Amino acid sequence: MLALSFSLCRKELAVGQVSITVNGAEHILELEPRELLVYVLRERLGLTGTNVGCDTSSCGACTVLLDGESVKSCTLLGVQVDGHEITTIEGLATNGTMHPVQEAFHEQHGLQCGYCTPGFIMAAVSLLDETPNPSEEEIRHALEGNLCRCTGYQNIVRAVQAAAGVEV
Amino acid sequence: MDVLTPRSLEQALRLKAERPDAVPIQGGTDVMVELNFDRARPAALLNLNEVAELRGWSRQNGRVWLGSGLTYAEAMERPLAEALPALAEAARTVGGPQIRNRGTIGGNLGTASPAGDALPPLLVCGAEVKIASVRGERIVPLPDFVVGPKRNVLAEDELILGVSVGGTESRQTFMKVGPRNAMVIAVVSLAVRVDGDLRAAFGSAGPVPTLVRAGLGDVDSFPQRVAEAASPIDDVRGTASYRRHALRILTRRALDRCLV
Ligand SMILES: Cc1cc2nc3c(=O)[nH]c(=O)nc-3n(C[C@H](O)[C@H](O)[C@H](O)COP(=O)(O)OP(=O)(O)OC[C@H]3O[C@@H](n4cnc5c(N)ncnc54)[C@H](O)[C@@H]3O)c2cc1C
Ligand code: FES
Ligand code: FES
Repeated sequence: MLALSFSLCRKELAVGQVSITVNGAEHILELEPRELLVYVLRERLGLTGTNVGCDTSSCGACTVLLDGESVKSCTLLGVQVDGHEITTIEGLATNGTMHPVQEAFHEQHGLQCGYCTPGFIMAAVSLLDETPNPSEEEIRHALEGNLCRCTGYQNIVRAVQAAAGVEV
Repeated sequence: MDVLTPRSLEQALRLKAERPDAVPIQGGTDVMVELNFDRARPAALLNLNEVAELRGWSRQNGRVWLGSGLTYAEAMERPLAEALPALAEAARTVGGPQIRNRGTIGGNLGTASPAGDALPPLLVCGAEVKIASVRGERIVPLPDFVVGPKRNVLAEDELILGVSVGGTESRQTFMKVGPRNAMVIAVVSLAVRVDGDLRAAFGSAGPVPTLVRAGLGDVDSFPQRVAEAASPIDDVRGTASYRRHALRILTRRALDRCLV
């Protein structure tokens, strides 16, 4: 009886087919259970703006928004996102106009090689959604899950301040 | 590897009974790192993200109930942060925002690390862990729940439902020493609560997070007592004697904060 009920729920529960909304568009995908969200985005959907730095939660390069909150897509399974909404760096611009945070990174030289940038921008977007007028300390606290090997962070913090409307 | 995604607690418990080898996953901030480093290859994961019964928190007869799926980000928000200030302070120090958005209290209990930052604040607030399986429910006081480094009392068919804590709105605080403010494992951590008595609980200074209690008259000797209760080791993060020293200093500072 147990075995029977298990094989029944196994079919319905061990999801292979998932529905994920990415940047507003719904995708029905057949996924391997072991596929990480970041590879679903990059390899299945061709959204290569989200980078992989460490794939073990340390660097933040893979940051995306899951139902509006910043998460590391290298340590989330694609099948766990079934029925949820993802926003990636590609989803920020509207009608060819960059998002204010993207604009600010550009204006304030918030990047050098740019590898960490999509992750920093997504973390900053998530911060400004919750805290539209953050202090410098709040900005630094909100970016502590992201690493940058080039800039020394100064211009990244300045870019987030500029995006929040602070004179920098 | 199978990923099983139950949609209710009842389904989750049934699946855990049928597949005891399925590793529960909530935020995945511990589980997925193990998988990606190839340190673990579970036959199945039990994804608890869609089990609504495990989420959120509520007030229950003077105590606070924290669902095992409560995230650190949620523990930092008012009014919960005002009811359990030490837990909120600890939550602020966990990982970075992406980790705080995903990582949960239940996952911290599941991992049962000596460095688990949620555990000292829960210990000083008299936490009781509620566990369930298809066989029924049981309640285990937190000091009895963690039985060794990364070991807890869960049977293979059991899940953590959440914890019930008291001591809300009492004077309490949390402190942690680490090489930087974020994204590091604590060298030592400490929660202190002053209410009818003095309570301190420390992490990273013994095989399990440990609770120490004393009467209100023992304020002067308490820091020394806390340091003596620790059984720290020398490791890459710090020496045993440094940890004891830090605990004494932190306890003194935490008492100053709580006794003003
Ligand atoms: C970059 C980074 C920084 C970190 N910083 C900190 C830090 O500062 N302090 C700290 O304490 N931790 C830290 N951690 C570790 C981790 O985030 C915490 O332990 C967190 O609480 C785990 O929660 P989770 O929901 O992600 O757990 P998961 O990874 O989902 O699960 C953890 C364990 O608990 C078990 N489990 C989960 N839910 C249940 C349940 N309902 N019933 C039974 N078992 C269950 C799982 O099977 C697993 O063994 C960090 C991790 C990373 C990647
Ligand atoms: S690639 Fe995800 S955190 Fe580094
Ligand atoms: S700009 Fe090169 S890593 Fe940040």
